[in-house]
Amino acid sequence: MKIEFELNGQKVSVDVEPTMRLLDVLREHFGLIGVKEGCGEGECGSCTVLLDGKAVPSCLVPVGMVMGRRVMTIEGYRKTKKFKVLLDAFAEAGAVQCGFCTPGIIMAVESLLSENPHPTDEEIRRGLSGNLCRCTGYNMIVNAVKLAAQKGAGLW
Amino acid sequence: MEISKAIRRVDNDEKVSGIAKFIADVKLEGMLYAKTLRSTRPRARIKSIKIPKLPNGYFIVDKNDVPANNRVKLIFTDQPFFAEDVVNYIGEPILLVVGPDKAKVLEILEQIEVEYEDLEPIFTIEDAESGTKPPIFGDDNLFADYEFTKGDPDAAFARAYRIIEGEYRTGIQEHIYLEPQGMLATYEDGTVTVYGSMQCPFYVKNALVYALGWPEDRVRVVQTTTGGGFGGKEDYPSLIAGHAAFAAIKTGRPVQLILDRTEDIEATTKRHPSIIRHRTALDASGRIIAMEIDIKLDGGAYATLSPVVLQRSMFVSTGPYHIPNVRVRGRAYATNNVPRTAFRGFGAPQSIFAVEMHMTNIAEALGENPIDFKMRYFLKKGDDTATGGSVHTDVKLDEMTRQVIEMSNFYEKFERFRKEKGDTVLRGIGFSAFLHGCGFTGKGEEVIKATAKLRRRDDGKVEILVSSVEIGQGAQTTLRKIVAFALGIPMEDVVYENPDTSRVPDSGPTVASRTVIIVGGLLEQAAKELKARWNESGEIEVIKTYRHPEYVRWDDEKFVGDAYPEYSWGVNVAEVEVDPVTFEVRVKKVWGVYDVGTPLDERVVRGQLEGGIVQAVGYATIEVMESKNGKLMQNTITDYIIPTSIDAPEIETRLVVSPYPYGPFGAKCLGELPMVGCAPAVAAAIQHALGLKVDEIPARPELLLKKWLEKSR
Repeated sequence: MKIEFELNGQKVSVDVEPTMRLLDVLREHFGLIGVKEGCGEGECGSCTVLLDGKAVPSCLVPVGMVMGRRVMTIEGYRKTKKFKVLLDAFAEAGAVQCGFCTPGIIMAVESLLSENPHPTDEEIRRGLSGNLCRCTGYNMIVNAVKLAAQKGAGLW
Repeated sequence: MEISKAIRRVDNDEKVSGIAKFIADVKLEGMLYAKTLRSTRPRARIKSIKIPKLPNGYFIVDKNDVPANNRVKLIFTDQPFFAEDVVNYIGEPILLVVGPDKAKVLEILEQIEVEYEDLEPIFTIEDAESGTKPPIFGDDNLFADYEFTKGDPDAAFARAYRIIEGEYRTGIQEHIYLEPQGMLATYEDGTVTVYGSMQCPFYVKNALVYALGWPEDRVRVVQTTTGGGFGGKEDYPSLIAGHAAFAAIKTGRPVQLILDRTEDIEATTKRHPSIIRHRTALDASGRIIAMEIDIKLDGGAYATLSPVVLQRSMFVSTGPYHIPNVRVRGRAYATNNVPRTAFRGFGAPQSIFAVEMHMTNIAEALGENPIDFKMRYFLKKGDDTATGGSVHTDVKLDEMTRQVIEMSNFYEKFERFRKEKGDTVLRGIGFSAFLHGCGFTGKGEEVIKATAKLRRRDDGKVEILVSSVEIGQGAQTTLRKIVAFALGIPMEDVVYENPDTSRVPDSGPTVASRTVIIVGGLLEQAAKELKARWNESGEIEVIKTYRHPEYVRWDDEKFVGDAYPEYSWGVNVAEVEVDPVTFEVRVKKVWGVYDVGTPLDERVVRGQLEGGIVQAVGYATIEVMESKNGKLMQNTITDYIIPTSIDAPEIETRLVVSPYPYGPFGAKCLGELPMVGCAPAVAAAIQHALGLKVDEIPARPELLLKKWLEKSR
């Protein structure tokens, strides 16, 4: 089945089974390796992408569902100004260790800040609770988000 | 020190932007995919395997495709790459299906029928001890059985005024590195190359050389960006590297083998569950005069690293305390469970939990505050350790404890929480003190003789050539920093690629918190020599091989002397809230003060401390993994729960620095320390909140409720 959608700002079309996982389409058809598979059951958040601006685990999204909609992955997002703010905030707060969960977390943070540009600690924790990290213990990620919200004020 | 100031992590940008390539992100021309057929029985003889007719381009790879030795070479060679006539745990690999289309590979896998004849399994330590079932390993079913003694514990127990006993249990813990395990192998011009996620490139290489029976120069191993390890990628990668290599050799094509999460949970290694008994002799004044400790570990189906895990567990089993008379017995049993091996702390979290809870319980029995009681026994410079070695450098535990008391307002809360009898929440506060032996246990560093190389290239850059890898802990940043600072050159002029065994010497595995203290130490020495020779023209190479400081003495037969050349130290206070109806535990805050020597990058250090604390909080509370008839009841991340951003407590840490003269810029060991000691602080806080003994972790609500009902009966 031919599925057309917007991917990272470009109109694209793929001819695949509509039940195929969006994750596999992104990685295998489009070579978007920044979308990671950590669990395949929507628990870890490593495969988080934006679907019409909202964070979703792409392993739970059948590609048929994105027909006519907007999908953004880290590969598209990393060209934005907001990404640069997050990149530096993550470095400054020490929010990265092994890095496998990080692109998914960045997408979740974008989703969170676009809805709530000045989140409290509690709101950040809730916003990131769908993204597992086994290295950092999370507090340094929460700090990175606070730092980004502050330094990128006006962008979100 | 200048070097302690945080710099931007060198791998920050490629990881945040999703450019870093993990092994699943690598695709090669003509590459095939492999999936593993696994045992569904805990212990059985394989009677027959029925394989459907394979379409063109699809292959089966099994024990007959291992060129020389179907055994993963480690301490022993008991573990096969592919099951032979018997299987010993659920998830044990039997064969691979290999082919170009992943879905087709899975379809073939599902059609394969294995006929088993069940054998009598051994599931628990108690099962193994009963001796009524046929052994899995050797005649006695023990991977290791050790004992050591210091002083005269028998005489001390004979004159004891009072003996206090306790039994402590710890559960299975699963690593849940976010990147599942994976390998990719190629076979070209008679050479096999394996790329993958790993901590120990030379473990993998040595295992391949043994399995293939080939000369070393035909085997090459290259580490790719590794998404967490925590010990789970210490020895297990050797097994799947073999699988990928045998498949590449058989098919002549590149073969990628990536585990899915459930496979990774069911089939890869775990932290050893333990049962630890303490007997402590006190004199009439309430002073400890002797300790007897008996450690039992469930090692799973194959030996892996169990003997050394058991050694570390035993060598630190008296905690950071000076105890004059000691006897420690340790046994690691074979069971028909998925093998247990290295996990951050390597046996120490189990024995530190036991000794810390036991010391807390003795203090309670004597009516003393646990901190005051414990402080009296803190090791000091010049004291002898449990194995009769020596503490060679300053110990700042007193100062660290004073700081953590002040940070957490311990005494006030300890009294206040005890008097509170809240209907909606029960609060408690707990303390723990601990140590970590830096580097390999016992004779390990002497055997491996780590070698590191620095090369000043023609382009003026200085290249680090070691087999130590970045797994998230910051090695890429920290090792570069050591070299840049020692040479006085910019960070950008130091090159450090992911290790390739055909280019780097063996600096040992990336384990045991040894990368900075041992390998970083060698790099600092090499950089100093290079600096002295800087004016020479052309390329310069400096090679350094590790030797312990002169004063280190160790008898590996009797377990007497310095089990470690140096120690790092820590103290924690944890504050918890327990729901009196559901018995759910919320860890509110953890305070920690640590001595890891000179911090080489304060932000990297903080990241290790906070990450380790949260892993330990999970270990103490919510990370429940149970096994029923050899089958794990939690085999997804949905069922096996690790802390999320909501579960993580607030954390406040400080460093107290006692520099190690032989470490780079005075650094000691770091990575495992925060995981080793935090669980007993959490358990002691729960004990304080509920007024009952928390002698088992994870302290899940069901367990606490059961104990609560027993108490109120």
